[in-house]
Amino acid sequence: MIKEKGTYRPKTRCSRFLNHRLPFPRLIHDSIIKYYVPKNLNYFYTFGCILILMLTSQILTGIVMAMHYVPDVGSAFESREHFMRSGRYGWLFGPWHAVGSSFFFIAVYIHLARSLYYGSHKSPREIVWILGVFIYLTMMATAFIGHVLAWSMISAAEVSIAAGLFRAMPLVGSWLYETLLGGYSIGQPTLNRFYVVHSLLPFVLVFLIVLHIWAVHMVGQNNPTGLDVQSERETIPFVPYAAIKYVFTISIFLIFFAWFLFYMPDYMSHADHHIQADIFRTPQHVVPEWYFLPFYTMLRAITFDVGPLESTLFGVMVLTGSLLILLFVPWLDRSQVRSARFRPLYRICYWLFIVDVIFLGWLGSQSVNDVDVIWSQIGTAFYFIFFLIIMPYLPRFEKNWLPASIEEVIHQKK
Amino acid sequence: MINIIVYFTGMGLSIFWGTGFTKAEVSIHYPLVRPQQQKWSFSGPFGVYDRAQLQRGLKVYTEICATCHSLKFVAFHNLRALNYDEQEIKSFSNQFAIKDGPNEEGNIFTRPANPTDHFPAPFANDIQAAFANNGAIPSDLSLIARARAVPRPFPNCLTDILKNYTTAGADYIHALLTGYETTLSLEQKISAGKWYNPFFISGESIAMAPPLYDGRIVYDDGSPQTRDQYARDIAAFLTWTADPHMETRKKYGLRVIIFLTLYTGLIFFVKRRIWADYDKGHRS
Amino acid sequence: MHMLSPLQTFTIEGLYSLFRGDREVNWKDEDSIQDQFLSSVDGQAMSKQTRRDFLFLATGVASAVGVSGLVWPFIDQLRPDDDERAVESTITVDISSIEKGMTFTVKWRGKPVMIRNQTTEEIEESRATPLKALKDHYARNANLPADTPATSLARSAGKGRENWIILINICTHLGCIPHVCAGSYNGWFCSCHGSSYDTVGRIRSGPASRNMAIPPYQFISEKVISIR
Repeated sequence: MIKEKGTYRPKTRCSRFLNHRLPFPRLIHDSIIKYYVPKNLNYFYTFGCILILMLTSQILTGIVMAMHYVPDVGSAFESREHFMRSGRYGWLFGPWHAVGSSFFFIAVYIHLARSLYYGSHKSPREIVWILGVFIYLTMMATAFIGHVLAWSMISAAEVSIAAGLFRAMPLVGSWLYETLLGGYSIGQPTLNRFYVVHSLLPFVLVFLIVLHIWAVHMVGQNNPTGLDVQSERETIPFVPYAAIKYVFTISIFLIFFAWFLFYMPDYMSHADHHIQADIFRTPQHVVPEWYFLPFYTMLRAITFDVGPLESTLFGVMVLTGSLLILLFVPWLDRSQVRSARFRPLYRICYWLFIVDVIFLGWLGSQSVNDVDVIWSQIGTAFYFIFFLIIMPYLPRFEKNWLPASIEEVIHQKK
Repeated sequence: MINIIVYFTGMGLSIFWGTGFTKAEVSIHYPLVRPQQQKWSFSGPFGVYDRAQLQRGLKVYTEICATCHSLKFVAFHNLRALNYDEQEIKSFSNQFAIKDGPNEEGNIFTRPANPTDHFPAPFANDIQAAFANNGAIPSDLSLIARARAVPRPFPNCLTDILKNYTTAGADYIHALLTGYETTLSLEQKISAGKWYNPFFISGESIAMAPPLYDGRIVYDDGSPQTRDQYARDIAAFLTWTADPHMETRKKYGLRVIIFLTLYTGLIFFVKRRIWADYDKGHRS
Repeated sequence: MHMLSPLQTFTIEGLYSLFRGDREVNWKDEDSIQDQFLSSVDGQAMSKQTRRDFLFLATGVASAVGVSGLVWPFIDQLRPDDDERAVESTITVDISSIEKGMTFTVKWRGKPVMIRNQTTEEIEESRATPLKALKDHYARNANLPADTPATSLARSAGKGRENWIILINICTHLGCIPHVCAGSYNGWFCSCHGSSYDTVGRIRSGPASRNMAIPPYQFISEKVISIR
């Protein structure tokens, strides 16, 4: 009789057979069913699971779309239209995949905002956070490339602009530009490699997410108080308590998703996305997808040269910097207290930061001539001030008061 | 704490709105005049296409627009959705000529279209189209109703979500086709071969001559033969060509949302029941 | 403590017993949820239990309905789309240039249809073949009733046109295209697995078990046929 590791005891012969040879039942049991989480988790903590759901949805609908898609510059747009008009349930899958990507990003931003607020980026969760940033960057790359595959007017413009970002680099710029595009301008080689990369990246995402969840399970889940779990009495098993909360939030999330998918599928995209690409014409308003808007604003904000750096290059550096700075957040935030619940000064700055990001996003949707560029510059400056100045130096002015334990907090609530 | 955030945000926004829009040059946005929101049979979550209107729109397209504009994504057999039967579609499609081939001699020949064909393009290629139209290429109309949605400013851009405003394209087409005679106080120089139209999305003048006027085509069902009616019918028809499955989508949407609402209710009670044990037990 | 395997967990019965409180919970050291629950309720235990079970059953059924509704489009989207189904099916062929002993192939509904003009000797030979010698006794002609025997006349275009053989040139074994004027009967020979057909397309030897199918057609004039 083989001694079972851990606390898992297989009930049926089938599960015992499998568990001795490949401990998958034990894995599921220990990481999902008998996994203990703090019992004061609120509904914002369900967005991790929503993200897994959206990833699955995007992969499955993406496979369906890929079955009907032709990656040829002449037929790409047409193949997608043909599937949506004549294919079985094509009218459903086309918008599903597109609206799904928007909702994937809505969930990711809420998840990100939640972890910044409750200090889930701080020790010992630095690797969780870094993996999360890599996931976010991979998502952005996947979404960007996917949008290009539709080969609309906006797709062609987007690729030109993004390739232009690479061309701005000194020395290697032109080489990079031609290597990425596979030609001297966008064309068939670009589309082919984008199709391959877009199909591959989701599986890189799956890998990163597995590591991300593994890292969370190693150190345990954070909770709204930011305090460490001190005893088992402060925890509850994931199944059924937390799991049912996930199902509830997913159900409500899906109502919003269904509203956009079935009644307003074009709302989140741009009208020019329905015009076939014509590489000799640029649409009047080139606007990226909404989830890129804050970063687009930061790029556009740099209209001046800084010393030897031209404005184009400096703009690219600011854009890259705004993303890469996220990787250093666990070390930029010097506070001893995790959760913003007990950091009133930080809470103010945090909400100003959120307002700033939304403001940057809105600015990105306006055409350049409409709003004075000084506002984008102020917004960008505050974005960097939040990470580089507020996060490290604010703790000096904060008075720390913490309750003794999670249990005390829950007790006080009752 | 909330006070401080509101204070700062409010101060920032008031500075922004007070000074933010000052720029040396006047930025012009097209269309100069936004299209007015119209009432359509397909507006809203329960809207459906009016088949009679779609049939009239098809007539407008065939007799007026098809001279210059292609409709490449629509096949003749798709017209079954307009309540035409197979025989009517067959005879309708036979009016159009399709280039086909090679035949047994290896030559390209012309034959009448059959229901499986798509609407043929009036010009062989873009260059020919531009040559025949003063350098402007008439757009393909299959998706025009989705490709011409004029973004609405705040607060409409947010309230549109709740009001389910999806007919921006149809409103635009209607406004454009009836908007040729409206004049504004802006004095614009129109170059030869173009017509002033403030509702046009790419400039102040459009290369398309006004295509509609009262009595231009005859309606068999007694509908008014006015320019406004023609514009409404073609706008509805083009909305259908851009979104032929709209009714199916809305139908499924209703079922899904009702299901999800009931399901959320069920889960809510299940959650309360599961957590009831926890809440009850945690009294110590 | 009674533990469940994940497999059971995902069945409705599993959900039942899961929520019935057979789980170990740490926030209270000794009592299980079920014990606590039952101890706090007296005579109402029975009806509460039934109500709770009904709620869980209803939710489980709703979940199953939701998931299957979700899965169906993924399977259905694999099927042929509208344009494939609306393919134009009637073609007309001018057979005036097909001389005796010659064949001609046209495409109909995506399949090859071969028109063969038999020589007099070939007609004699096929007439002379007794039905007993055939593997498949039925004519497989869409223009005639299903139980028509596979005589040479029934396989051809009819009286006065016995030289015209029009059939769908697909081997009835596993679907390859047989070569014409080949095989021991000089009809058709399928090189995939060696099926031999005679000059009127009846299977004579090899693994195929049916005569090649004849599509619905008619002579709209002396020299023009229409395949519907």
